[in-house]
Amino acid sequence: MKTNDVILQTVTKIVLFIIVLFSIYLFFAGHNTPGGGFVGGLMASGAIVLLLLAFDVKTVLNILPINYINLAGVGLFIAVGFGAGSFLVGEPFLSHAFDYFELPLLGKTELTTATIFDLGVYLVVIGVTMTIIQTIGETE
Amino acid sequence: MNNFIILPILIPLLTGILLIFFNKRFAVQKAISLLAAASSVVIALCLVQMVYTEGIQSLYLGGWEPPFGIILVADQFASLLVLTTSIIGLAAVLYSFRTIDRERERFYYFSAVQFLITGVTGAFLTGDIFNLFVFFEVMLMSSYVLIVLGSTKIQLRESIKYLLVNVISSALFVITVAYLYALTGTLNMADLSVVISENGQTGIITVVAIMFLVVFGLKGAIFPMYFWLPGSYYAPPSAVTALFGALLTKVGVYSITRVFTLIFYHDTGFTHQVLAWLSAFTIIFGVIGAIAYSDIKKIIIYNILTAVGVILFGIAANTSSSVLGSVYYLVHDMIIKCALFFLVGAIAIITGTNDLRKMGGLIKNHPFLGWLFFVSAISLAGIPPLSGFIGKLKIVEGGFEAGEYAISMVVLLSSLLVLYSVLKIFINGFWGEQVMTTEQEKGNTKGMLLPIGLMAGLSVAFGFGIELVSPYFTQAAEALLNPEIYIQAVLKE
Repeated sequence: MKTNDVILQTVTKIVLFIIVLFSIYLFFAGHNTPGGGFVGGLMASGAIVLLLLAFDVKTVLNILPINYINLAGVGLFIAVGFGAGSFLVGEPFLSHAFDYFELPLLGKTELTTATIFDLGVYLVVIGVTMTIIQTIGETE
Repeated sequence: MNNFIILPILIPLLTGILLIFFNKRFAVQKAISLLAAASSVVIALCLVQMVYTEGIQSLYLGGWEPPFGIILVADQFASLLVLTTSIIGLAAVLYSFRTIDRERERFYYFSAVQFLITGVTGAFLTGDIFNLFVFFEVMLMSSYVLIVLGSTKIQLRESIKYLLVNVISSALFVITVAYLYALTGTLNMADLSVVISENGQTGIITVVAIMFLVVFGLKGAIFPMYFWLPGSYYAPPSAVTALFGALLTKVGVYSITRVFTLIFYHDTGFTHQVLAWLSAFTIIFGVIGAIAYSDIKKIIIYNILTAVGVILFGIAANTSSSVLGSVYYLVHDMIIKCALFFLVGAIAIITGTNDLRKMGGLIKNHPFLGWLFFVSAISLAGIPPLSGFIGKLKIVEGGFEAGEYAISMVVLLSSLLVLYSVLKIFINGFWGEQVMTTEQEKGNTKGMLLPIGLMAGLSVAFGFGIELVSPYFTQAAEALLNPEIYIQAVLKE
């Protein structure tokens, strides 16, 4: 008998965006409040896992055509590249800089290069988690 | 403040990341690995020269001064090991071109090799005890991948054991660091040393020292924590075993040397005596294994244990000549173990077996390989003009100076049995009646002679050019014997 997943799928479509937004919130909140790249990344992969539960592997691959191993590679590259970027200005490896800017909508905001490192962590966590889950899910 | 000293870590790391994107382009993979390995050697050479002329180099990561930030320190001991590691990395990459199959290469083999080298060089260069743990994990994770990659039955079985032992020892490492942090309130190695010498090495600090000995002993395979090594190192292909045998256990040895010369050097009567006896038993069990087997790979694997014991005895004796001898012997052993694992790998490819009783007369068709093996074998045992001699001489000399007559004799006698064990391979495998004609052989040595020749040649050059390199080694031993030099360079008032 074919089961009908219409409730699960409909709820997923709504909840997914809330989870992704929460993940992005956690990512940016990490500097001054609990959060950061690691939990943010886990939360984002949680959203994709929910998608995998509601639909199947093929459909999710159509929605998000991402090679997750390469995504992890890109994340690592961003993190290490940020560290090496401090060479260019003659500072020690992994030095970071910050300043305050007047941004439209947000007003006076502190922008720091450590966020770039965190973005790398975020992508690595998504890449690694999804690789593990997809690989186990696909093997017979 | 010197950004140069992070390059030996950064180059393999970036290469490993880059290789992730090229897992299906075999030629590109090989070209990138080779280029990175070669440039690492050049960088490491510059590093050694820089430390030699300008003294100990350090880098405060992120600009945070010690003891608050993570610090990388390149003293001569670490720099020499980084240089040796990069040369072994280059040779292993060359050897892998021929011996590693497409299926493994497609599944990120070369990435894993680069990450392994990242971990090893990181462990050598770090000046922070928790950072050392992190680099240990980088190294171990890559080694888990390399040991299981290919998933033959024996690899699956042995990687379970390997993983289990290392997970337990890593947990113990964290617990030990936690104890140390609770007692001293710092994680920077130089600062730890200062704090401990100010407050005296109390009983509980000695307990922590012994816990470190257990942790690093599990990684570096000393008696009685070596039980996992013979099986685990037997499973993966020779190129991987060469990397493991030459690098992984040596990182454990390096860490023992570092903590016992820099941090816990106040109560040598107890800790160093324990270390001396453990190394004596390591030597004994190593040679027993080496003469007992007639499997060529097993023989070389047990010889790792003997060498670990010899090096640690030099550290435990703690005289100026024995520590110098240990530095010599450590570098020598990394080179020669790499050469020997390459050689037994080549023999196994030619004959299709690891069993000594099923081979013979190889020298007729493979004279060059045979003599390379002979040179490596006598170099391992420490025959005078070759590289193993000076290290063992200094260690034994220091051992007698320290009054450790029994263990020094064990070291001397072990050389004889080591020589017997490797010459057994030479005599049975290369001499005697020819078992296989050229047609019956399972493979040829094409592409393998270059890396083997590189490592064996390096070992010979090291032995003959000992006068040339001795100032570097003396500088390395000096910093180990006088921790103040290291502390001064790191904390700099």
